Amino acid sequence: MSETTPQTTPFAESKARSLWGDAWRRLRRNRLAMVCLGVIAVYVAVGILDMMPVRMKTAAGVKWAPVIDVVFDKAVGECDKEESYVPPGTGRHLLGADIQGVDVLYKTMKGVRVALILGGVTALISIPLGLLFGMIAGYFGGFIDDVVVYVYSTLACIPGILLLIALMTVMENGLLQLCVALGVTGWVGLCRLIRGETLKLRESDYVLAARALGAGHARIIFVHILPNLFHIVIIVFTLGFSGIIMSEAVLTYLGVGVKAGTISWGMMISQAKMELSRSPSVWWQFAAAAAALFILVLAFNVFGDALRDALDPKLRVGGRTE
Amino acid sequence: MTAYIIRRALYTIPLVIGVCLITFLLFEVLYSPELRARRELGRHADKKQIQEIIEREGWDKPLFFNRQAPGFAKVRDTRFADHMTRLLTFHFGRSEKTHEDIGRKIRRGMVPSLTLTVPIFALGLVVSICLSLAVAFFRGTYLDLWVVVICVAFMSVSVLVYILGGQFLLAQHLKLFPIYGYARGINSAKFLLLPVLIALLKGLGGDVRFYRTIFLEQINQDYVRTARAKGLAEHVILLKHVLKNSMIPILTRTVLAIPFLFMGSLLLERFFGIPGLGNMTIEAVESADFKVLSAMVYIGALLFAAGNLATDISYTLVDPRIRFR
Repeated sequence: MSETTPQTTPFAESKARSLWGDAWRRLRRNRLAMVCLGVIAVYVAVGILDMMPVRMKTAAGVKWAPVIDVVFDKAVGECDKEESYVPPGTGRHLLGADIQGVDVLYKTMKGVRVALILGGVTALISIPLGLLFGMIAGYFGGFIDDVVVYVYSTLACIPGILLLIALMTVMENGLLQLCVALGVTGWVGLCRLIRGETLKLRESDYVLAARALGAGHARIIFVHILPNLFHIVIIVFTLGFSGIIMSEAVLTYLGVGVKAGTISWGMMISQAKMELSRSPSVWWQFAAAAAALFILVLAFNVFGDALRDALDPKLRVGGRTE
Repeated sequence: MTAYIIRRALYTIPLVIGVCLITFLLFEVLYSPELRARRELGRHADKKQIQEIIEREGWDKPLFFNRQAPGFAKVRDTRFADHMTRLLTFHFGRSEKTHEDIGRKIRRGMVPSLTLTVPIFALGLVVSICLSLAVAFFRGTYLDLWVVVICVAFMSVSVLVYILGGQFLLAQHLKLFPIYGYARGINSAKFLLLPVLIALLKGLGGDVRFYRTIFLEQINQDYVRTARAKGLAEHVILLKHVLKNSMIPILTRTVLAIPFLFMGSLLLERFFGIPGLGNMTIEAVESADFKVLSAMVYIGALLFAAGNLATDISYTLVDPRIRFR
């Protein structure tokens, strides 16, 4: 068809592919996004390695331990144990050791698993909630809107950190409890934005046209409104993902985060507060956790941004090329 | 329009009741009175003392409905009604730990908190909107690209890292700012400089990126093309057309930012020793002082409800296309 109508070649070309295929093609061209995807893949790989148990021979006998534990047992071994605050580069500790002589690189890699589980599970809880309630409220208006807005305004009225703290004290510290608490409080922001945008879209011409053609409510919501909300979901998801990982640090610092034995970046940063104010300050644990957190969050932010540019047809029209 | 505003204002009443219900469930129902009394008295409390406290605080009453009481007192003489009256009349009682009057504590903590959050909020809003308008003006250039890159990098740093790093580098090492402390009156400025700077840096990246997205979305609209076709200058288009049409997301964002501001100032006040409401709240969290906590939650919720009301009213003012059915 494109050969017969030479004037519309760019349109015909993009019509030949699906939205997602088209987006993937654009994303592939964005080198920075691909680098970030690679970084995320490395983190995910470390997280998976941390969850896969293999047989490990120790002095006490054979036991199952995560791959990372085995690798570090071989590489660092028992040589420098018992020595606290080893600076980076000395002995076999690449990034130094903490107060108990535990390798900081090991702790940093162990923190990946917690971050990935937190981000993923929380998003799985909060995004469907926020999207569904937001669209229903914005589209139908009236009583349904009042109920949804009532529920989320009441929740949103309570300062997030206090609600999180209260929920965590009820459920006790732990990773899964943290996911539930963050998910239950996290859908409100998305829901509010989705509702606001749906209010605008409801009045738009193409929705009126669809209604005039006899489309049902479900069809209008899922076919005509939902695709126009994706960019909001992506922005909120990327910002939310980083926010969740950072909330873990804050909550753990306040003592209502993960359990005391869990190794997470938040735990490392809260331990670092004392270390930084020592007289030759111990900065490596703080720097390692901060850097690991920064790189993962940065990768997610940049990749999410590129994904949005690739997916969002409205920004794609002109945007950067103008 | 007027009917809508009145309806919307009346709507805050169930909201306040909802917040009372949630605080009641969290702080009163989920913790047994015995545990609370025991926490106040310490480990070695005997049963008689615990019973005394429970009776003094009225924790032995039924939760929502009192069968024994006559008439109206069936509803009035319950723990939920007591809780509601305590919050609605602003008679929060005394702190469970320090036995200080909570109302007085809050009035005393308000000024230091506001001296911190108001500059952060006002400066942050002005700086980020100006910067993102400038970025939208230079869209597609290297300046735009680099501002976006820097914004994303700024956003990717945890608030704890900003605070700890700022304190460690700027205050402890370079000695540019005092590390910790607060003074009443004009002397507080030197103590507030570093926390305000840190909060601005923390908020700037996300705000500029968000507003830039909003502005660019508007710039691709037809009315902008029309304005350009009329021969309007680019800065007129940005300031008069794009800014006005971006008001809804900006308003939503601004009100949404207020609770997060509250969260940020919790940490800032804690780290820099500013004796404000955030510091008081964290002290209450650490000592599990539920009376102070529920009072703080209630006041925060009241402020938020007022802000929410103002946003929804301003929606109808800035965008006449929106009709509330």
